[in-house]
Amino acid sequence: MTKDEIVAGLAEILEEVAGVNPDDVTEEKSFTEDLDVDSLSMVEVVVAAEEKFGVKIPDDEVQNLKTVGDAADFVLKQA
Amino acid sequence: MTKPDVVITGLGATTPLGGDVASTWEAMLAGRSGVSKLTQEWAAQLPVRIAAQLAVEPSEVLDRIRLRKLDRSEACALIAAAEAWADSGLADAGLDKERLGVVVGSGIGGAQTLLAQDDILEASGPRKVSPHTVPMLMPNGPAAFVGLEYGAKAGVHAPTSACATGAEAIAWGLDMIRAGRADVVIAGGVEAVIHPLPIAGFASMRAMSTRNDDPERASRPWDKGRDGFVLGEGGGIVILERADHALARGATIYGRLAGAGMTSDGYDIVQPHPESEGGGRAMLAALRDSGIAAVDVMHVNAHATSTPVGDMAEILGVRRVLGDHPVLTATKSMTGHLLGAAGALESIATILSIRDSVIPPTINLDDPDDALTLDVAALKARHMQIPAALNNSFGFGGHNVALIFSRA
Repeated sequence: MTKDEIVAGLAEILEEVAGVNPDDVTEEKSFTEDLDVDSLSMVEVVVAAEEKFGVKIPDDEVQNLKTVGDAADFVLKQA
Repeated sequence: MTKPDVVITGLGATTPLGGDVASTWEAMLAGRSGVSKLTQEWAAQLPVRIAAQLAVEPSEVLDRIRLRKLDRSEACALIAAAEAWADSGLADAGLDKERLGVVVGSGIGGAQTLLAQDDILEASGPRKVSPHTVPMLMPNGPAAFVGLEYGAKAGVHAPTSACATGAEAIAWGLDMIRAGRADVVIAGGVEAVIHPLPIAGFASMRAMSTRNDDPERASRPWDKGRDGFVLGEGGGIVILERADHALARGATIYGRLAGAGMTSDGYDIVQPHPESEGGGRAMLAALRDSGIAAVDVMHVNAHATSTPVGDMAEILGVRRVLGDHPVLTATKSMTGHLLGAAGALESIATILSIRDSVIPPTINLDDPDDALTLDVAALKARHMQIPAALNNSFGFGGHNVALIFSRA
């Protein structure tokens, strides 16, 4: 799995959960500030990402995943 | 200290008869039934397979992402509130949000969410339970989402008194303005529990009509053939405003909320008092609060749910307090029983009856009960001048709320 594939997968999740336009999902974007994902929807994104990529994202790690790129890097390390 | 006048400056609804107030009112005056057969697979096993479902699905009004985070009752609240808010013209009035309150209740709360998420918990485990579950099922959710939408900061409240909830919310809104805690209150009720569990529960109490093969004729208040209520869903919201505040901004005023009365029976958890002792006291309290003479209360939008005992008890209460001159109607014959939303929807009908000088019909009243000793607008709408009118709502738990509306 490449980083681009993970970003594309996150874009699918963000569209489904929070109605984010997939074209807006790029590595430097912040989930909360740029993409308007609220804290409860972020939990949904995390659970969906765990399932999609077959990884575990611990709760205390989630606060470090500020941007789409942070999340993609984390998934890449775990996968 | 004199009580400030409180007026109604906005109305909103989504009901089994229409997706807004205008379509609902038109259908009511035409005597249309909103009751239909439940065609969902889960309904097949139930003793009751009819209900009054929303005429316009929330998904036609709110986007998919919004609806993911809302119980159906909360969606009804936001849809009805949006119409009422737009109707009031307050969006452009420069309202101080610290003077804006919300009082919106539901009888049962987010039961559809609770039950759906329990299914997920059982099937897939706790991690699959939606993080939106709690704000979706909490009983104050509809009030809180409305408060958030309009930035209300004077207080957001969620009274709950079963089928009296919608009327009780309006009564508390009146108190909030009279007490000086708000200039404007978004008030009303919502309910959306057309789901097998609540239906099975009400059906087990033998409270519901089982006229499954003839849905449009199932809700028949005061008729000899009545056999229980028909469950409805939806929401009703009114904008209450201090009269001088409304006048100062040149608002369109529907009418006055002249008085309210709230009592409790202290009698039985579900049975109404057979002579409407507590209901009568609520009507009397509302009348005294309004300062309006009984003779001017020309119309009663009755609670009348189509149950054998309750319908007739209310008649005794109305006669005792108002006399034999009011013309009654039971709009639940068309809308079904919207539980926590009923009092709000029926308040809207009452306000429009006063404004338009017309009482919507009680449909299906083909063979009136011998104890029906008051005049009812049976089968077709009745045109008449209405200086003031009463709306009754009674709820399981022995809650009684009476509201009196009058011309502005």
